[in-house]
Amino acid sequence: MPAVIEVRNLHKSYGDTVAVDDVSFTVQEGEIFGILGPNGAGKTTTVECIEGLRTADAGAISVLGLDPRRDHADLTQCLGVQLQDSQLPERLEVGEALDLYSSFYRRPADWKALADTLGLSGKRRTRYGKLSGGQKQRLSIALALVGSPQVAVLDELTTGLDPQARRDTWALIEGVRASGVTILLVTHFMEEAERLCDRVALIDAGKIVAMDTPSALAAGVAAEMRIRFRPSPRADDELLTGLPEVTSVTRRGDLVEVTGTGNVVAAVTSVLARNQIVAEQLRVDQASLEDAFVALTGHDSHRDGNGAREGER
Amino acid sequence: MPSSAQTMPTAPVAPPGPPGPVGAALRRLTVTELKLFGRERGGVIWGVGFPLLLLVIFGNIPGFRTPVSKSAHGVSILDAYVPILIAFVLAMFALNALPAALAGYREKGILRRLATTPAGPGRVLAAQLAVNVAVVVVTLVLLVGVARLAFGVALPRQAAGFALAVLLTIGALFGLGLLIAAVVPTGRAANATGAILFFPMMFFAGLWLPIAAMPPVLQHVSHATPLGAAAQSLTDAWEGHWPHPLQLLALAAYGLVFILGAVRLFRWE
Repeated sequence: MPAVIEVRNLHKSYGDTVAVDDVSFTVQEGEIFGILGPNGAGKTTTVECIEGLRTADAGAISVLGLDPRRDHADLTQCLGVQLQDSQLPERLEVGEALDLYSSFYRRPADWKALADTLGLSGKRRTRYGKLSGGQKQRLSIALALVGSPQVAVLDELTTGLDPQARRDTWALIEGVRASGVTILLVTHFMEEAERLCDRVALIDAGKIVAMDTPSALAAGVAAEMRIRFRPSPRADDELLTGLPEVTSVTRRGDLVEVTGTGNVVAAVTSVLARNQIVAEQLRVDQASLEDAFVALTGHDSHRDGNGAREGER
Repeated sequence: MPSSAQTMPTAPVAPPGPPGPVGAALRRLTVTELKLFGRERGGVIWGVGFPLLLLVIFGNIPGFRTPVSKSAHGVSILDAYVPILIAFVLAMFALNALPAALAGYREKGILRRLATTPAGPGRVLAAQLAVNVAVVVVTLVLLVGVARLAFGVALPRQAAGFALAVLLTIGALFGLGLLIAAVVPTGRAANATGAILFFPMMFFAGLWLPIAAMPPVLQHVSHATPLGAAAQSLTDAWEGHWPHPLQLLALAAYGLVFILGAVRLFRWE
């Protein structure tokens, strides 16, 4: 499969601040590729270089074989963009915005059908200023797709949306990919990356710290699994500590917490079953992308994550 | 998806199509901006209605319509005010409407968003300029028409000189408006800057005190300001003289400097 986006050794500084420090990755055709990281990590700067809005200090970028700065006019025809924090004139109607933006492109999509797909057909005569946050977000996705792009770059797709609207938007993006569009997604939501992305680049302080599928990234730090349960009747610790998969057993009141590696869940449950011990309130914690994030970047994504939209430039 | 996707990356998309959409985009943007201007009720009332209202008020003050006997041309106070009102209209749009709109567009990321489309942000700037100049011209025609038909104010006697003065004034004032839009950070700041410049500039245009009635020092200062030079040139042409070349030159120079400054300093984001 050909690479649709190719970024090699990208560098970008603002004065003394290094925003992007030697970032390289490729996005294959039809992929949903996520750029994940805390605010200020350099995600937006990276995609702004890809969009041709900024000039890189060093490095090479190719999108569909085009140079984002030199071939900017050609690139705009095939790259759909959703910007973080970009608005429309308050008094512009939804239908007018779609009609206007579709007139910019050589092969525009049918904007009326697009409005239907995005659940905006009832809002065609509504002014931008009267739309809810979710509707504005859907309109901005529609505008990113109205030129029937081959590649779409979506920056902070679901920031500021309620959980239902977020799930609806995810389903929508999966539909867009199914129609053949390659998607570069910028996000600081782990859940979003886990749900949507085929591959994820984890960026921290301008550098890529890891790049893989979400599950592989999570597995990379999943050296340990944690099993918690209330044994009934009470069980001897030796039953569990004797298992090769188990690394530790601790008690908190009635609760037993077992950590281990490999097939520890199967080992623990079968030894309990053999001894006719029921594991009540059984809970298994597996490393998630979130754990991978913390392990790889050394800080909690929620510390500087949710809701803070400014700061990244 | 278009078949060109399969031949990537050796053959990028973008068949060398005609530059048709470029002109079409500008036309569509201009029509859209015109619609938006119409919806901005404040802008219509303030920019178009207010000067007409001033004209009607002045026209209904009985003393304003009788020729001042001392004057060589037998002009009335109203006759003398119409060119000043014209300068007023031009300044309203150039210093208030245009910079606020453009700085607001930049602040809201609309210019950045357009930079990622084939239309580009320059076109929305051009569309804004076109709409403002068009509305200004329509307002001037209305103003002169109402003055002529309702209050018997004569049309400009030196028509060519008047047209040239209007043109140069548009260049100088809209250039200044673009310069304001270039340097202020937000739409609000543009509004404030426009207003702060507007009132002293209108003073030197003789809105409150006719230039001829100013002390000599103020008259000199007035002729050196963009709006003072504009008002004086418009008045001269109205009364049948060719505007003073020095004032036309001053307007042209202001226009050049402001536009060059705006081009150098304009930021898209």
